[in-house]
Parts: sequence; structure tokens; C-alpha cells
Amino acid sequence: MHKEFLMGNAAIARGAIAAGLNLVCGYPGTPSTEVLETAAKANDGSLYVEWSVNEKAALELGAGAAYCGARSMVTMKQVGLNVASDPLMSLAYIGVKGGMVILVADDPGPISSQTEQDTRTFAAYSKLPCFDPTSVQEAYDMISEAFAYSERYHTPVLFRPTTRICHGYASVTVKDTEEYLHNQPEGFVRDPSKWVIFPRLSYQAHISIEARNAALSQVFSEYPHNELRPASETGCRKGIATQGISYTYAMEALEGKPAPAVLKIATPFPFPEQLAVEFLQNLDEVLCIEELDPVIERELIYVCGKYHLNVTVRGKLTHDVRNAGENTCASAAHDIAEFMGWALPESAKADAAPALPVRPPVLCAGCPHRASFYAVKQAMKGKKSVFCGDIGCYTLGNAMPLDMVDTCLCMGAGVNITQGIGKIEPDTNCFAFVGDSTFFASAITGAVNAVYNQANMTLVILDNSTTAMTGHQPHPGTGRTMMGEIVEKVSIEAVLRGVGVKTVETVNPLDLQAAIDCVKRVSAESGVKAIIFKSPCAVLIKPEKPAVIDPEKCTQCGRCIKSLGCPGIVRKDGKAAIEQALCTGCGLCAQVCPFHAISAGGEG
Amino acid sequence: MQNNILICGVGGQGIVLTSKLIAAAAMAKDIPVMSAETIGMAQKGGSVFSFLRLGENLHCPMFPEKSADILIAFEPAEAVRMLPYLKETGRIVLNTHPIMPVTAALSGSDYTGTEMIAYLQKHVPEISMLDADAACRELGSPKVLNMIMLGAAVRQNVLPFTIEEIEEIMRRTVKPQFVEMNCRALRYEA
Repeated sequence: MHKEFLMGNAAIARGAIAAGLNLVCGYPGTPSTEVLETAAKANDGSLYVEWSVNEKAALELGAGAAYCGARSMVTMKQVGLNVASDPLMSLAYIGVKGGMVILVADDPGPISSQTEQDTRTFAAYSKLPCFDPTSVQEAYDMISEAFAYSERYHTPVLFRPTTRICHGYASVTVKDTEEYLHNQPEGFVRDPSKWVIFPRLSYQAHISIEARNAALSQVFSEYPHNELRPASETGCRKGIATQGISYTYAMEALEGKPAPAVLKIATPFPFPEQLAVEFLQNLDEVLCIEELDPVIERELIYVCGKYHLNVTVRGKLTHDVRNAGENTCASAAHDIAEFMGWALPESAKADAAPALPVRPPVLCAGCPHRASFYAVKQAMKGKKSVFCGDIGCYTLGNAMPLDMVDTCLCMGAGVNITQGIGKIEPDTNCFAFVGDSTFFASAITGAVNAVYNQANMTLVILDNSTTAMTGHQPHPGTGRTMMGEIVEKVSIEAVLRGVGVKTVETVNPLDLQAAIDCVKRVSAESGVKAIIFKSPCAVLIKPEKPAVIDPEKCTQCGRCIKSLGCPGIVRKDGKAAIEQALCTGCGLCAQVCPFHAISAGGEG
Repeated sequence: MQNNILICGVGGQGIVLTSKLIAAAAMAKDIPVMSAETIGMAQKGGSVFSFLRLGENLHCPMFPEKSADILIAFEPAEAVRMLPYLKETGRIVLNTHPIMPVTAALSGSDYTGTEMIAYLQKHVPEISMLDADAACRELGSPKVLNMIMLGAAVRQNVLPFTIEEIEEIMRRTVKPQFVEMNCRALRYEA
């Protein structure tokens, strides 16, 4: 054992490796991404690591490995589990041989997600055991136990940290490499009665799943990470039930106070019913502090009903706790004080603080997506058009002044949404913008759908040759794998032509006139056509010299600022000026300036 | 003994690295440490913060309002934004150089930082100010901003480290050719 300062996601990866992990795969998504990246970095060659094209592919791959007796882990964010839910629901019936942990990071807030869905609820729906750590250290300790439970009960299990666990850092006690377990997979043993799902098999599996979960509820009542802490003073008939990072907020709030009983739930499903009974039987009133759904709250209400316990259960359902968003130290302290009848903690008074500058996220200076959006905007000026966006950095194309994202729903949705709009409004020029990684993840089927069903639309691929939003992970189009191999790139153009898109043009969006002409030409055709805007992510290339503004020619018209919204151009004393530290010399502003007052950088 | 430290500024200023150095210095002295910070999309020109806690019996990396012993602020408006977290007896180390929001050119904001500094001076008795960007120019490297700020913070005698101890950690993490420059930055006093 020794101590290391680790990010929660790194601790999870290291804990899994120490538990004899053989294979890890997943799809990037905040706040889960660093789990797989850490595993890849720590790989001594005995581990297979891959970014799969999407979460469904990853989960199926992980299942195959676990069928062979391998210990496998699949990583994703909460909305990724929606993509993987088809294999997940069936795999729950089939089960596994080797330990299989499906790591799903939830994002209360949400800080960088479309939904505030709760994977604990998904666990109950899929009937799969779920582990929910309260700290970085506990995440490290529990991940190896999750593998052990998975193997013992022949079932995949869910592991559900939230953002503050994933991205929190702590000094963690970790195993030395000599203490690591090593798992030697037996290999796939053919047995159609076990691995081939059929209605009759599912019926029988359903019976044993229900029996197993009832048994697990008992087992989890003894699980050391589910903790019942009695009230510090006898006679106190109030209790707090909590989980995850909220447990630590509650402990922080109770520091130095006569504390009520505290129930910490680390396995929300199957719920440790007996432990809950023990907690509830001496209480009159309970406050539930949890993220995100009222999972513990509902379970406690159920236990009260089942065992005829006269306890008032408070939480989100009773509006004693906010039912959306992230909990904080302050919110937990407030909710607990109110519940206990303590004086409410004073919040720091913001006595007439001056108005603070707002710093919203924007497309980076030199980002090729800005040029792509601008080119389409110029080409379609005055024409009835709809611009369906998708998930990635380019969602930021919604900001003023570009204002080029009319819809955004989920990964790969834009290509289909635009078809639906086109079927109802045939006179609209329908566009779908999708990034290269999202294209491979979930837009290819949409393209096939468009071709087959005779859609009239322009598919715009924003190809910056990386998965930029989540920190530049490779994907099929990059020709690099997480095992360090250089492989043949999957060509987006060849894929599109292969599924029957006849017109596919590739253009550099930073060559503005060519890009505008391309959009005009291609979008005028009927049927499904595609434009690939190809230019690397500005963060990954060596910047050129910053642009230069000629003060003689600049009329201070402000066109460069008002049309592009690039952080590389600022106003200084009323005049446009180049922010030297940010400008990458992409040259877009030089092409926009009507007075040719800006010259592009040239090689730096 | 616990130390609550809050570092704040704007994406790209080296906030996260500063936090990592403090954590490493704590690890070297067997002081338990936790931290939490802004990650991802918000880093692009956005407000960035890092909460750090040192000491025994830590529950969570984030701490409540009015808990920070020291606020290491790389930018005046960001200091005001995070001021509610400072203890009444807490102190601020402030880089007075303002950073315009990236959207200022569009919105026509006239932010200069001066009213932020005035507000901080009025409300915080223990404030130590320096123009760390000017210091960078003086030292000849834009990349040592965080070392200048960290050095100034250590000299407040609130953190459980000496400059020498921080220097030792820095030597382990920085490329050899940059050690000397970083040492000068750590010891820079206006």
C-alpha cells in the first residue's frame, strides 16, 4: 500500500487494474472520460483498451470479453447508457462469466450534459446491482468489490460516480503492483443454452434475477460501505439518509454538532432493506439528501409502508430538498439546519458587488467550425433554411453572432431531425451539422435513412480530425487507436458514398469563398448531399503568426467582430485589435474584412 | 489543523497546475489533501477555480462559503466572484491584471478591473496585490504567472510550506531548462 494524489476517475481505473482488469472500452463523455485514458496510460501491455465507436458497441464488446471469463469494464457518461441500453437490458438476463463493471458517470447540474437522468434509477429498471461511491478513496476500494460481486453473481454491475467524485482529487491509499490480482480468462465455452437469448430462457432468467436481487438486498445490508451511524445523543429521533458526494456535504454540515442518525447508501440497488429498517425503527423523521432522483427517499417510504413504521420521510418529493440540480456544501448545510431546527447558516453577503464580467464558453480563436458555420450562413442568406446541430464543440455555434444551431437533441439526432422538418416543410433548405466523431458514433444510420427515404437535405460534416470536446480522443477517422497502433483511417467520404450519397464535396472552411461557393452549389442539388468541412482542431496544430490589422485601412466598421465573434479580435480604444496570445492566424477575419485591412499571419 | 485554499482565475492561466503543485507539496509532507476544480468546456476562456483542502479528517474537496484561509486570485473580477468563500479573517493574494471576457468586443463591455480592486480593498483587510503579468514581462516569460502567484501566496505564511519546499516539488515537475526561471518567479517580489 502507498499513497497517491489521484483524480477520482484515475482512482477508478487504477482500482480496476489492481482487480485484474483484462479489457476496458467505452466512448468519451464528461465526466467519465479520464477513466479509460488513465487505464491506457497505465497499461503495461497486459490490458486491452479501446475507444469504441459508441457506447452500444463498447458494451457489447465488454460483454463478449466477460463471456470468456475476462474482467471487463465499459465506461460512459449517463446519456451514453441510453445508447447502450439495448444490449444492457438483454445482458442483464444472459449474465456474464468474468466480472463486468459498467461505469456510468452521472452529471448533476447538469454541468455538461443534456439530461439529469439518474443511473441508480436505470439500475432498478434493468435489475442490475449498482455501486455509488461517496469519495475518491471509496471509489478506489469499491471498484474491486464491484468486480467480485459481478463474478460471484454472474451479472454485470453498474458503478455510478457523479462529477464531483469523477473529477475530485484526493490523496488515496492504493495497492502496490505486487498486490494486484491477475485474472487469466478461461476463454469462450460454447453453450447455446446459456449465451443465446430466447423467450423461454428469459422467463427462467427473470425468476432467478428476482431471487438474486432479494438475496443481494440482504447481503448489501451487511456491506461495509453501506453504513448506519447512530445519533450522537440518545433520544434524538431524527435521521439523515444520503449517498455519493452529498454524504460528505452532510458530514461537513454535522461537524461539531449533536448529530442525528446517518444512513449512507452505497448500493442503491438492490436496496439494503434490513439496514434501512434498523435505521428507521428508532426514528420519527428522516431527511433524504441525494443526487439526482429521490431513489433513497422512495425506498424508505416503501420500507416504512412494508414494515408499518410511522416515520415521516422528507426530501425531494416533499420539497424539503431541491428536486433538480447539484447539491452543494451550502445546500446540504441549509437543508439539514432547517430539518434539525438549527439556526440557518448565514450566507456571505454580497454587499453591492460590482457587476461581474460574464465568461461564457465560446468556440476557440481559429476554430474551423466558426468558418464552416459562417460559410453556410453566408451561402444561405435570404433562403428559408433550418440548421440542425448536434453534440460537440460545435454546439457552441449557437452563440451570437453566428447563431447557427436551431436544434440540438442528442448524439446523431440532427441528421434525422432535419429529415422530419423537411417532410413537413418541403420548401425549407434542411441542413444537419455533425462532427467527425459523432458521425461515426451515431449519424451513419441517419445518413442511410435519408438516402433510403428520399430525404432532401444537406449533411455537413465538421471534420476536425479529433473528438475535441472531451479532450481530443482518437476515433475511426484518425487512424490511431488506444493501443498505440497506427491503422488505416475510415474515410467519411467513402462511407457516405458507400451508403448512396452521390454528391460528397470536401472543402477547407478557412478558404472562405471556396466554402461559400461549395455550399451554394451542393445545397442546390436535390436529394441527400454532403459537404465535408475538413480542417484540424485549432488546439492541436501549431498556430501561425497572428493576423495584423493595418490601421490605415481599418475604418472601424466592426464587421470582423460582429460577424465572427472570434475571441482573437478585441476592441481596444474603440478599434479592432488582434489579441496576440489567442490569434492562431487562421485568416478568416482577413477574408471577411471588406477593406482588406487585415492580413493573415503566415507561418509562425 | 486544516487549510482551505481557493485558487481562481481564467482558463489558460495555469490555475490547475498551481493546485497540483500545492497538492504535491502536501503529499511530500504526508498531509492529506483533496481538491476539486473546473474541468472541460468551462475552461475555454471561462472562470476557473480550484478548491484545495489540506489536513486531517477531510470530508469533501469543496468547502462552504466563508471557509477559505487564502484566496489566490489570478484576476480581479474572478476574486470578487469567489469572495463569498473567503473567511472573514482570510487573506487574498491578487494579480491586479484584468482579463477582458472573450465576448467583451461583442457586448461592448468596458471592464477594466479597477472597480473590482476597489471593492476588494474595501472588503478585505488582508490583501496583497501585485501585477503578476508585469512581473512576467520583467522576468521575460509569460509562462511563470502561476509561480509568481504561488510564491506570493507562500510568503503569506498561511500555507504549511516554505518556498524551499515548493521549489523542491517544482524541480521534480518542470523541465530542467525551466527550473531557474521558475525559481526566480517563485521568489519574485515587486
